Amino acid sequence: MTAKRSTLKRKHLLGMAELSRTDITQILETAASIREINYRDIKKVPTLRGKTIINLFFENSTRTRTSFELAGKRMSADVVNISVASSSVAKGETLIDTMITLQAMNPDVVVVRHAEPGVHALLARHVDTAVVNAGDGGHEHPTQSLLDMLTIEDNLHRLNRKNFEGLVVAICGDVLHSRVARSNAIGLRTMGAQVRLVGPPTLMPRFAEEALGAPVFYDLDEGLAGAQVVMVLRLQLERMHAAFIPSVREYFKFWGLSRRRLACAAPGALVMHPGPVNRGVEISSELTDDPERTVILDQVANGLAIRMAVLYRLCSGRVVVEKEQMTTDATLKGEGP
Amino acid sequence: MNAEAGTLLIKGGRVIDPVRRFDATADLLLVAGKIEEIGRPDPPPGCPVIDATGLVVAPGLVDMHVHLREPGFEFKETIASGTRTAAAGGVTSVAAMANTNPVIDDPSVVGYILEKARAAGHANVFPIGALTRGLRGETLTEMGLLQKAGCVAFSDDGRPVMDSGVMRKALDYSRAFNALLIQHAEDLGLAARGCMNEGVVASRLGLPGIPAESEDIIVDRDIRLVSLTGGRYHVAHISTRGAVQAVAAARARGLPVSCEATPHHLALTDIAVGDYDTDAKMSPPLRGEVDRQALREGLAQGVVTVIASDHAPHDLDSKRVPFCQAANGVVGLETLLPITLELVAEGVVNLNAALAAITCNPAQLLGIDRGTLLPGRPADVVLFDANEAWTVDAARLHGMARNTCFHGRPVRGRVKVTILAGRIVYRDGD
Amino acid sequence: MDAMTQLHEEIVMTADAVRQAVDRLAQHIQADVTQPQNWVVIGIRRGGAVVARLLRDRLTQLRGITLPIGYLDITFYRDDLDTVGPNPLVGATDLAMDIDDKHIILVDDVLFTGRTIRAALNALFDFGRPEGVSLAILVDRGHRQLPIQPDYVAETLETQRRESIKLVEKGTGEFVVVRRLRA
Repeated sequence: MTAKRSTLKRKHLLGMAELSRTDITQILETAASIREINYRDIKKVPTLRGKTIINLFFENSTRTRTSFELAGKRMSADVVNISVASSSVAKGETLIDTMITLQAMNPDVVVVRHAEPGVHALLARHVDTAVVNAGDGGHEHPTQSLLDMLTIEDNLHRLNRKNFEGLVVAICGDVLHSRVARSNAIGLRTMGAQVRLVGPPTLMPRFAEEALGAPVFYDLDEGLAGAQVVMVLRLQLERMHAAFIPSVREYFKFWGLSRRRLACAAPGALVMHPGPVNRGVEISSELTDDPERTVILDQVANGLAIRMAVLYRLCSGRVVVEKEQMTTDATLKGEGP
Repeated sequence: MNAEAGTLLIKGGRVIDPVRRFDATADLLLVAGKIEEIGRPDPPPGCPVIDATGLVVAPGLVDMHVHLREPGFEFKETIASGTRTAAAGGVTSVAAMANTNPVIDDPSVVGYILEKARAAGHANVFPIGALTRGLRGETLTEMGLLQKAGCVAFSDDGRPVMDSGVMRKALDYSRAFNALLIQHAEDLGLAARGCMNEGVVASRLGLPGIPAESEDIIVDRDIRLVSLTGGRYHVAHISTRGAVQAVAAARARGLPVSCEATPHHLALTDIAVGDYDTDAKMSPPLRGEVDRQALREGLAQGVVTVIASDHAPHDLDSKRVPFCQAANGVVGLETLLPITLELVAEGVVNLNAALAAITCNPAQLLGIDRGTLLPGRPADVVLFDANEAWTVDAARLHGMARNTCFHGRPVRGRVKVTILAGRIVYRDGD
Repeated sequence: MDAMTQLHEEIVMTADAVRQAVDRLAQHIQADVTQPQNWVVIGIRRGGAVVARLLRDRLTQLRGITLPIGYLDITFYRDDLDTVGPNPLVGATDLAMDIDDKHIILVDDVLFTGRTIRAALNALFDFGRPEGVSLAILVDRGHRQLPIQPDYVAETLETQRRESIKLVEKGTGEFVVVRRLRA
């Protein structure tokens, strides 16, 4: 039997674009197994003992940083948080120096968030340490996409589906500036889902269809028709000043998700949001709090498991698994209840 | 007995003088820094001889769009290093853009540059004066005084003249001196925060894009102003189909409008940005395939009459940053000839027309007596092997900067000897 | 298919032999089970999970009592992170019961270096404080690297270090033990 080998040989996670269907499936499986750790009394395993993980955040994000930090700590890694005020690196000159300095301390993984698209490609070219992209401007945010997929996978039975194949997912809102939209559009399509992009024309990349392989809808009701998963994107309120949209009330009226608008989607459609929610802007408060429809808190919980799986994956394995080992694993897979 | 300085016999080469469509195997005699004779001349006694068998002998190249960075940015390039890389590229005359610090908006800066260039002695430098003071796009520079000091054209390159009223006055006023105005055509409102071509690649990389229309709009507007005023107008580094069409239409109407294209816009598209490669970042950005094809057709049809490098050297730190923060520009003096010859090999233009675009055509636009082998002209000559294959290597360029977008590209056509006023300023392998 | 792997594969315990071995284990163990309400069977994924299930079923037949069963995946407790492989397959740990003050029968298919058992004990103690742990093994193949000895062994096997001894499924519900020479 030929070993099921992954295409991901290098030790970075820069974007969903680099992950194959096998890669994604494996990460989701690992995360699903890891999840149980987070519900034990002793929420810690020794897996990454002696490993050092640095959270290097050039942009504020309490949620993502905390999630990576806990993920590392629950696997016994030493986690250091470094927040670099964006003003001091406004010109970006110190970026590589910062990274090279950190590398001299020999960390195993550096988790980087930065406002500039492509920062991780730059860092990965200049340093040897494993780099995880925790968001680079409007480009990618792979762990968010993976946690969204894990959340969808948990709910596939509700949607009467066995896998992602043919699943209709509507990604709604400020697609132009959204790394979440980009990563999800790429990742979900890799898994066989049908992705749609919905939002005002000014907040849609001009070549969205060609670049992301997803049809574009400017009308929310049309975009939602038949959708089984609705991903609502956060609207950065500063977009108003750059003339992308005239006002919040107009935005909510035409592109905000409410219970009434959701009626256009498939019955029982899942509502997701990467958080933090702007209530009454991109989604109604009432819908946000409806546990029957929204899985926002599940997303947060799954985020932790996904990040544990990703850190584990990057820290383990400098050699290829022996074929015989893989054979046995495959043979006995799924034993037990 | 030694011959007079600047005297040289170049024997047995394929001599091409694009301005008069001369193309034959002949000897070329240079005497006292001037072109003496083509054919079977009698060399003076003791005249040194270069064997040019198998080489093309052409006028020294003229690059009408070069950033020498001095004064002000000597950590990127100096007049000495910039002209050294020019000589290595077979370029004997460069027009130096005005966005130095201080800006070339005062005759004293012109004098400084000319003096530095003379001292370095690698190539002729023809300064381009700023169009507006401090490149601010508000008040006109002293075009007359600057021209007298040595400026061959006027441009705010790096920035457009956004105000239509100012542009109109500039075009109008320039007529008093028959001056050429060179526009960096980019609507800044449309370009906004863009840092690469607005296309599929930008949408995929999540980078803000600059639409082709930002160039089209300014070129369209300027042509209307040329029509209104009659000023001589030249589009720098044309990059879009719309702009090429506008220039073609204007020329068909007999308006004094011209344009240049860069080797990189003729050879590459935005796909070259790849994985956020800052060495493929410049202004205007590499465009899509439709635009690239339009530029090549424009060249074939005589709409694009000049190929200019837009040599824009940068230090490593300006490029080793996130893509949007990286400086615009690529170096190009040493790749000007091989990429131009690529267009010949690909059948876009014939060799005579290709060489005209980097010799006599820009010289005529700038009104300088270079870019030809006519007897009596300064003896600026390049000898190159049109067939020699080599690979562009950023580390082996002769200037200070390494930011080429052609690194690793296999090319043909290698400069063997560059001669400035009868004096050898570069020899391959030295 | 890898021809080499197939070439050197040899069945060292047939399905019948495995069944008989499990039966021997069950016979040994049941004699020691004095307070069944305090006993828990826990299998180590993946081979040990199979043996644990077979063993529990056999104990049920023999004693008419159904012991609680749980499964441990020790991937996260391994001491060889760098050699796990770039895409480790991780099984779920499933310990629904309270293990405090219980007597655990820890079950694995093959006992080799002892490292897996070390990891399993660590994992187990993250879930509680059992009163005691006994180790039940289908095949002891020797070459121990840690001071770990089984309490119940069905079979011992002479092996070379470079060989691999594995419990694999051959046909539905039929398990055999195979010996393979590592490439």
